[in-house]
Amino acid sequence: MASTSRMPVTRSVDTGVPDQDTALPPVSLDGAAVDGGSRRWTPVKIAIWIAISLLGGVSWVMLAIVRGESVNAIWFVFAAICTYLIGYRFYSKFIEKHLLKPDDRRATPAEYMADGKDFAATDRRVLFGHHFAAIAGAGPLVGPVLAAQMGYLPGTIWIIVGVILAGAVQDYLILFFSMRRGGRSLGQMARDELGRIGGTAAILATIAIMIIIIAILALVVVNALASSPWGVFSVSMTIPIALFMGVYLRFMRPGRITEVSIIGFVLLMAAIIGGGMISETAWGAAFFTVGPVPLAIGIIIYGFIAAVLPVWLLLAPRDYLSTFMKIGTIGMLAVAIIIVRPEIFVPAVTSFAVEGNGPIVSGTLFPFLFVTIACGALSGFHALIASGTTPKLIEKERQTRFIGYGGMLMESFVAIMALVAALSIDQGLYFAMNSSAALTGGTVQGAVAFVNSLGLTGVNLTPDVLTQTAADIGESSVVSRTGGAPTLAVGLAHIMQQVFGGAGMMSFWYHFAIMFEALFILTAVDAGTRVSRFMLQDSLGNIFPKFKNTAWRTGSWLATGIMVAAWGAVLVMGVTDPLGGINTLFPLFGIANQLLAAIALAVSMAIVAKRGLFKYIWVVALPLGFASVVTIYASMLKIFSPVPGIGYFAQHNAFVAALDAGQTRFSTATTLPAMQAVIRNTMIQGLLSILFVSLAIIVISAAIMKTAQAWRSHSNATSEDEPIASRIYAPAGFVATPDEKKLEAEWAARPEALRTQRSGH
Amino acid sequence: MNTLVHAIKSGSAALAWYVKGVMGEDAYDKYVAHQETQHAGSVDEQDRTPVMTEREFWRDLSDRQERNPQGRCC
Repeated sequence: MASTSRMPVTRSVDTGVPDQDTALPPVSLDGAAVDGGSRRWTPVKIAIWIAISLLGGVSWVMLAIVRGESVNAIWFVFAAICTYLIGYRFYSKFIEKHLLKPDDRRATPAEYMADGKDFAATDRRVLFGHHFAAIAGAGPLVGPVLAAQMGYLPGTIWIIVGVILAGAVQDYLILFFSMRRGGRSLGQMARDELGRIGGTAAILATIAIMIIIIAILALVVVNALASSPWGVFSVSMTIPIALFMGVYLRFMRPGRITEVSIIGFVLLMAAIIGGGMISETAWGAAFFTVGPVPLAIGIIIYGFIAAVLPVWLLLAPRDYLSTFMKIGTIGMLAVAIIIVRPEIFVPAVTSFAVEGNGPIVSGTLFPFLFVTIACGALSGFHALIASGTTPKLIEKERQTRFIGYGGMLMESFVAIMALVAALSIDQGLYFAMNSSAALTGGTVQGAVAFVNSLGLTGVNLTPDVLTQTAADIGESSVVSRTGGAPTLAVGLAHIMQQVFGGAGMMSFWYHFAIMFEALFILTAVDAGTRVSRFMLQDSLGNIFPKFKNTAWRTGSWLATGIMVAAWGAVLVMGVTDPLGGINTLFPLFGIANQLLAAIALAVSMAIVAKRGLFKYIWVVALPLGFASVVTIYASMLKIFSPVPGIGYFAQHNAFVAALDAGQTRFSTATTLPAMQAVIRNTMIQGLLSILFVSLAIIVISAAIMKTAQAWRSHSNATSEDEPIASRIYAPAGFVATPDEKKLEAEWAARPEALRTQRSGH
Repeated sequence: MNTLVHAIKSGSAALAWYVKGVMGEDAYDKYVAHQETQHAGSVDEQDRTPVMTEREFWRDLSDRQERNPQGRCC
């Protein structure tokens, strides 16, 4: 951990880059050639970009303006890809050229701190896969599904435009800034740039946000597995499979990661198939049918054990399995969507977007669309990854655009595919699955009556749609399977079975999808608990120095216990919530994630301002302003709105009033304890909202103050590390340009020993 | 025919290289390469830190993960 021990030094930026070793070939393309490949506008290039723009434009017209009975999913794919290409080629290059100005003559931490372990220059294409696997998880799969209640268009626009102007910008900036600072973490950068109060608030906010995010992800898993013997069996089999893989890697064949992942994958498939057989037996169904509360308690106990077990035994092998599944499944889904090209019958914008009375997430489009879809458009959590491992592995500075900005575009595409999969299922089925049991009563009749009462055009749900779907996917019921994961799994199964296996494979694909989401989420739960435990120990260590020693067993168990208890409490609250759980808690998840994004962007703005780059500060200020307005406004509505469906305290007061009036049932709470639970839950949720928004306001204000200070003093300083001359070369993008290839060949012609040799440390 | 065989061979080698890279399987090779180049020019034997064996390296890796956990995103 060399990066933590070094103190940041604020110095003037005019320190030049040391001269390059003239015995080596150039370590950077010279000024003209850097842009050379792209600046020369040949007719062919112009024609290609015109074609991309036209195709993108036509796709958007098909989505937004031409509104027939249905729209084909292929237009989503084209609109997304063409817009990403334009954003990547033009906007990210603009940011590179004017704001970040990467310089390949400077060595990256992976070069000047190289130790062959934590700091190691990694091939850009490999690192892209690495970084993508670390940032993409269940988030972009869940949010878009829930937001589909507002129609397909708002979500699609936000995912695509949001990523280009906000999400990818944040990831790129944080990755670059952390790389220039030896791989320093977001918390450390916040402390360096914002001072003590701002920095402390940023760290506290990060811990609080981690708790909420873990709890709500776990809630998604509980909702997907409750009363599903098949799902419970196959997902719980991942634990012995991971343990086996851990032992195999530790004692039998160390380092054979791909081999063990393939074995694990085969076992996982066997667990899915076996789950189907077992759930059909009487004893299997009886044994593996677990209600939501025991399941939540199981996950809490599991979370604690996973966080204190050695990483090699459970966490690392599960992570390998999850990475393997992630890249494979996402690739497969992309291919399937292009082959199947499902027709989508959902309206572009539904009345729920305008009136705010949607059964799945309450509130109007602004601001609630933007907190429902967090991951996929703008995800603050990525700032923790982009300031974690990735900056320590970057080979050359100019690769940050491809990895940071490009990696996030890829995650956005995953969100678009999730949206398409969710939209492709029957509208009535979608609402029956996602409306809480409080609304549907949890029965087929109740769901049919409720969905048909919503007055959606073209929706006429019949009971056999629900019973048939349940039978197809091998579940007892599909009513009120909230949380997004089951809906996505049905959509994915529906698409995949048209390519592989036919209708008979529907249940396999459904449980494959549930497995793959549960795997991501459980990996995030394990890793998140562990990371937040370290953060907590670090913070507690400021008061009780003994906690800083992470090898101290009592301290680490205590810190783990506190973190697990915190997210466990929120999880149990969500599971037992008489109002439905996911619909009351999911806004908190989105708000938390977006507030973290606002914090990351605030730190970025302070860095840009300190550097004196006011001419282009809008690149950061624009997404920061938007994220701040959206999340602070959404938080204010959650705190102050008089509408009980939206405001936590309004709901709280309504129940208190009902209780005082001597009522024993109110709204969707049918018993006295249920009413008391609502009163308790809404108070906690309200207080959490107040906590988040206060911390975020402190951090954003600190950043604005620092920015104003920098403006007044015409600051031209930086807290970057001293530049060190680079002695290696590698191209910047996925495909090397002709100039880059020429230079690469020059380096490749040198004898191996001379190529990377340097005096380190 | 030969070119096809060649193309399949090099294609699958590239795929294997990529998968191993993304999964992190090449970590030991990278470590050894680093150790070799690091001290290639040095004649002084004292300067050479002992290179870990494969088994030692992977244990050390999980110890490092233990001390410095990495988040996985949502």
